[in-house]
Amino acid sequence: MKKGYFGEFGGQFVPELLMPPLLELEDAMARILPSKEFRDELASELKHFVGRPTALTFCPNLSAKLGVKLWLKREDLAHGGAHKVNNTIGQALLAKKLGKTRLLAETGAGQHGVASALAAARLGLECTIYMGATDVERQSLNVRRMRLFGAEVVAVDSGTKTLKDAINAALRAWIAEQETTHYCFGTAAGPHPFPLLVRELQAIISREARTQMLDQAGCLPDYVVACVGGGSNAIGAFHEFVPDAKVRLVGVEAAGTGKPGDWHSAPLSKQGSPGVLHGMLTQLIQTDEGQILPSHSIAPGLDYPGVGPEHAAYQASGRALYVSVTDDVALDAFVELSRNEGIMPALESSHALGWVLKNADGFKPGSNVVVCLSGRGDKDLDIVNDYLAQKA
Amino acid sequence: MSTNILTKRIEAARAKGRLALIPFLPAGYPDKKRFWDEIDALDASGADIIEIGMPFSDPVADGPVVEHASLKCLDAGVNLKWILGELAARKGRYQAGLVLMGYLNPVLQYGLEAFARDAVSAGVHGVILADVPFEESDRVHAAFDPHGLVLIPLVGLNTTPARMALYGADAKGFVYFVSVLGTTGVRASFDTTGLPAHLKQGLETAKAAFPVPVALGFGLKHPDQLKELAGLVDAAVFGSALIRHIDAGGDSKGFMQIWK
Repeated sequence: MKKGYFGEFGGQFVPELLMPPLLELEDAMARILPSKEFRDELASELKHFVGRPTALTFCPNLSAKLGVKLWLKREDLAHGGAHKVNNTIGQALLAKKLGKTRLLAETGAGQHGVASALAAARLGLECTIYMGATDVERQSLNVRRMRLFGAEVVAVDSGTKTLKDAINAALRAWIAEQETTHYCFGTAAGPHPFPLLVRELQAIISREARTQMLDQAGCLPDYVVACVGGGSNAIGAFHEFVPDAKVRLVGVEAAGTGKPGDWHSAPLSKQGSPGVLHGMLTQLIQTDEGQILPSHSIAPGLDYPGVGPEHAAYQASGRALYVSVTDDVALDAFVELSRNEGIMPALESSHALGWVLKNADGFKPGSNVVVCLSGRGDKDLDIVNDYLAQKA
Repeated sequence: MSTNILTKRIEAARAKGRLALIPFLPAGYPDKKRFWDEIDALDASGADIIEIGMPFSDPVADGPVVEHASLKCLDAGVNLKWILGELAARKGRYQAGLVLMGYLNPVLQYGLEAFARDAVSAGVHGVILADVPFEESDRVHAAFDPHGLVLIPLVGLNTTPARMALYGADAKGFVYFVSVLGTTGVRASFDTTGLPAHLKQGLETAKAAFPVPVALGFGLKHPDQLKELAGLVDAAVFGSALIRHIDAGGDSKGFMQIWK
């Protein structure tokens, strides 16, 4: 297979000026990542700073209601409140080994921005975060968190002023600052080698979950379900289960409001088509003329018109199933899990959970279902309260 | 094999003892009608090659001036079908060589093969795709080469001699050398105080690596800069400078007079 491709998807569609830092990163991945020194340092950071391993929690109340055994892989318990730190602490360590003094990162909702900022603070790196001007306004709490960790937050005022344009701005900045700066890409997408690097760092989710299932349930799960925006928590939750042919892998995208004509964020399960954006060939939400369309989801972390190339390849090969649920289904799941199990999921993770709640009667009774709870929901309380008030 | 027309245009300028001038304008800028008047004026005012931008929603190699202009054109309904259709209607009208510059995705959706066929029959000689590095150029060459449509390589200050050799092996037309580590129009690479040593060295490396002329782009703001470049490059590209000139109320004819 061609370098950097998953099936027909992936690649390195970037200006030549970005090839040297991408090649430098490829080399670093081959040389530094497998070294004992790096692995020991990363393991220590994951244990003592991030708080891994995260729990695999059985949900007795919802399981009884649904007639299946529901398990949650608790990435909400990782430092920062989401899986994002698995990636940023690893990339920050790698950046230091490369002699870089600064991280730059894009962020949509701010979760990856916060995770980058705290990793930079931990390891003594400078940090600049590119964030769409619209997101800076609607996610002001995360902006304040990033600044508290010492990061500079740059509001991106071009295009749609959201995540898509923050990535454009970060790529542009990286062209100019590649000598001193590592681009800490936030999801398993973008040009090679980022999809591989981020998967490598997020695969700890499924490494732990697989062992925990065997310990706690005595068997492998029948289903592993995760939400998909760019797809980093999902690729991390799937990776170790991929060779286990009987484990069904389900990626849940955001269908938005579900109203005809409204934007969504589901290039795999709704009307996406292959195209090139942000350095990769993947499934995109685009016009017939190849212009990228805006996306929408109530979960800011899923609000992206593309998807990581490995997911596009898993869909093409049939190894994973990609579906979508609407904003309402996710909001109901947010409330259900909070009330029944005392765990408040992020709206992103609520999409994965919502798909299970909605479809559990179609599962074989007693099936073991693992949902990747990619983050905690405190950040979403305002959105959920508005929804509940409207519903009442 | 006969010399590519883009190479010929640059060599003709060199024979006259000057740099070839390559103005760039996004298709449909400042509006869909006036754009073609400006192209006519550029051609009549001595442009050796004219670069026409194909707008894309996510232009990562461009700075704010070109991005803003491109998005404005997209809003006005500019697309590849319009660009190629209008060019086809004007075929044979221009003395200058014609190059289209943009990003892969719109071309991919048009169909690489159909695009190559339609571009050549509309009189286009070469294409620059800013997000297609050597590693991803196979499929583009496979579609363009049979039609004689040239994919113009883009290299810069951080392109090693080894990578230049990859591009140089079968380069046709000319090579586009980006003068700064940055995006279009963002900052000048040098001013009238002289050429930085690393740029001079990069240009010398490119001259040695490529069998075709070298055009310098990004960051040209003042005519005195051209004198510094004599002997180092064969052509100069003007992108955001022309857009700024038009935004300030000027026109292409006036712009070309500054640089000639």
